[in-house]
Parts: sequence; structure tokens; C-alpha cells
Amino acid sequence: MKEAATGALLLAAQNRLTLASGLDQHSGSGTSKVVVARDPDLHDASHQPIESRLYALLDRALTTYTGHKNSIDSLRHVIGSAKVIGLKTNGLGGKGISTHAVLAWAVADRLQKAGIQPGNIIIWDRNARDLQACGLGISTDPSKVRCFGSDTAGFEDQQESFGSARIRLSKILGQCDMVIGLPILKDHIMSGVTFAMKNMYGVVDRPQDLHAGGCCPGVADLNCIPAIRQKVRFTIGDALSSVYNGGPSFHPERLWFPNALIVGEDRVALDQVAWQMIERKRAEAGMPTLEASGRPPRYIAVAADAQHALGTNDPSRMHVMEV
Amino acid sequence: MKIRSLSFILPLAAVALVAIAPFSGCRHRAHDAFPASGEVAGWQKSDETRVFAASDLWQYIDGDAEQYVQAGVVSTSTSDYKYNNQLEAVVDVHTMRDAGGAQRIMENGHGPDARSVSLGDSGFAYTQSIVFRKGSKLVRIVAYQSTQDGPQALLALAKGVEAKL
Repeated sequence: MKEAATGALLLAAQNRLTLASGLDQHSGSGTSKVVVARDPDLHDASHQPIESRLYALLDRALTTYTGHKNSIDSLRHVIGSAKVIGLKTNGLGGKGISTHAVLAWAVADRLQKAGIQPGNIIIWDRNARDLQACGLGISTDPSKVRCFGSDTAGFEDQQESFGSARIRLSKILGQCDMVIGLPILKDHIMSGVTFAMKNMYGVVDRPQDLHAGGCCPGVADLNCIPAIRQKVRFTIGDALSSVYNGGPSFHPERLWFPNALIVGEDRVALDQVAWQMIERKRAEAGMPTLEASGRPPRYIAVAADAQHALGTNDPSRMHVMEV
Repeated sequence: MKIRSLSFILPLAAVALVAIAPFSGCRHRAHDAFPASGEVAGWQKSDETRVFAASDLWQYIDGDAEQYVQAGVVSTSTSDYKYNNQLEAVVDVHTMRDAGGAQRIMENGHGPDARSVSLGDSGFAYTQSIVFRKGSKLVRIVAYQSTQDGPQALLALAKGVEAKL
């Protein structure tokens, strides 16, 4: 196990309050823990994730994060008393670069083993087409894991606002006690990087209104909407495959396979780690940095500032574990 | 009297139809750019054609929409295809306000590892994708899988689209 960028400084009190589950206790002394779990042999010859290896990778990521002996106990700790759990995927990029269905099903399986009723697990995204891009079929049968989009559920009547974000939330968010984000790691032509926080654009009615200024402060403001801040308490990020340029759409010529899951509860820290992964890959490919390309993900630092207090982007306050 | 009226109205109607065709035809022309199943050997059109106006393009490509809007996209049409029931691909046809806008988008997506292809006014290809411009139309074809005959199949589909623009 390689531990990188460790630090023991306490997060600001306000920041800790935003981590609604209190899970940051796991990460030790108030630092934000991020686990990057990898399996170099995750994919088969046709670049499809091997299911058994993905389940093992998920279990390793969760147990490393929580310190529990198995992923079932780990998830029980993560979800606490929540009864209805949403799994928010990202299928916007189309078939080639969307959250892998096998990951959504693996998390749903472990949640059921942790005691959540199948019908109380909702895999969701903007719409049916995005879910289908992930390889997920629509199901509203309450006796099974449900899977449907905001196009089916609709949006709340009441507008919510924080800073530049004036949005209506998906009714699915209202149905969930907590949400586990299942974003996919991608380069983004406007925001630089799309991962944990940007995934919340798929939760609202008019995401296009939040793209100005390289999605800054749109991403940070949106994540401060109380229901998002409080309910989206954990992220199991899909970095099984990714695009390091040309995103958020699928550009197969810039596809790469990090073979990783990036897990944690601090979405700012998760995005900071994701950003560095994209930068390392771009450098390896001889590409300019996102800063030099005129699209650094500025929203990450803004999300960490005192006004937003969503988490930390300070490496000295992050405990990144690569396993 | 009736016959005289008709002989006057019919030519006028014909002139009017010709006059509005370039404007009303935009959506249809975009639809027409998509080869029907079997029109290109091995390729099946596996989905309906969806058309997005510039203001709705975010629904299809979210943040990617902005670069097209800034380059003057008028509408984008898209459809899925399958090759011999194995290779899946998507065809996007962007109708830009002018050729300059189409060229700008093309240059943004052109990496040093792309190879030139003889399609439209200019075009380039990677193993799993082809982009070309013909006048103000910008076409992007992307395959979701990598197969041995994929590049040739994509090129054939691209030529099928080009012929219909």
C-alpha cells in the first residue's frame, strides 16, 4: 500500500459540518481520505471490465477506505441509517465513456448484502438515454433495484439557489435518504475535468445555465445546494476508463484505462486527485496542461474556499491511499 | 375563370416553394444525410434520427455544446448505426452557419496523430473516428469498439454520408 500526500491538519469546523455522515472520522484526525484502488488486469482483451475483478476491486477500495474487514460492513458504515439509496451515474458521454453498468450493479449488490431492500436502491441519471449509454435498462419495479431517469420522475416545483445556481432538483434526489455518486472520470472542454462535483449537473433541470466561466463558480455553487450537500455523502468514482482530451464526449483516440476506482466522501479532494490523474496522463501523452490549454478546473479551489466549504483541495489535508 | 386562376396560382406556388426550400429544407437535408439500412454495405441504421437546435444542443452533448454554439451551429442531427451487428457507431451531422465555423471545430479536434482522408472539403481520421467538412456541414463518426475492419467500414459509412450532403 502506497500512501501519498499525507497530512494531519484539521479541516475547518465549518467544512467538517458539511460532511454530513461524519465519515471523515475514518480518515483520521479530520483529514480527507481518498482511496485510489487499481487493478492493472481489470479489463479483458476487448476492453470490457471483468466482473469478478471489478467486484474484488470495489471490495478492496471500500475496506481500505473504512478500515472494516469486508465491504458489507464498510457500506453499512457509509450509509448509516439511510434506507433509500440513490446511485447517480453519468451517461452523458454516450456508450464509449459512461459509468460502467457493472460498477452500478456491483454497488447495488453490496448494498443489498448490507441490508438495503432492492426497491430502495435507485440507479439514476438525467434520462433513459444516459442510463442506456451506461448499459443500464429502465426498471421501476419496486421489488427490484430500480433504474430510471429524471425524465421519468420530473423535477421539483420549487427553485433552489446558491450563488450563481438557480435550479430545480430532480425528484429522485428527494426520494433518496442519501446518494452515492458514481461519476466517470473525464477531461472536459469547458471545466477542465468532470468527476465527483460536476456529476451533480445531471441532478438539475437546466445544467446548461451553469457552464459559464468554465463552469466556475457553477459547479461549486451547485454542490452547495443543501439537498446536494447533505445527501451526496459518498462517491465511488469510475476511473476504469477515461478520456484525457476532448471530453465530455467520447473521443476513442484519447481513451485510456486507469483501471481504477476513486473512493471518498470529500468531493473536492476527489476532484483534486482526479485532476492530477488527468494531468499526469496528458503529460505522458505530450499534451499541454489544462492550465496551458486555458481550462484549468478552477471550480475545485472555489469549492474549497470559505464561502463554499465543500471540502479541501489542499494536499497537506488529504490522505490519498493508492492500493 | 377557375382554370385561369389556377394557371396563375400554380406557377406562383412553385416559385414560392423554390424560394423557401433552402430555409425550410435545413432539417430535412440533415435527415437526408443519414444512409438508410443497407444503403452502405453492412451498415444498419439502428436508431431514429434526432435533431437538436443550437439552443437545445446541451441536451445531447452537455458542455461540448458551447464550442459548437460559439462556432455558429444551426442544428445537429445524430443517429446510431451498427456494422454487421458487431461494430456500433454514431453519426453526428452539424449544420453550421458557414464553412468557417465548421473548419474551426475541425481544427480543434485535429491531433498530430490524425491521418488525412479524402472526404468533402477536408477530413481526418483516427482508428475509431472520422471527421470531415463539406461546406458548412461538419460530420463526425465515432465507433464504440475497435475491430480489424472498423476503419474501412467507417470510411465506407462516411462516404455514404458525404454522398448525401
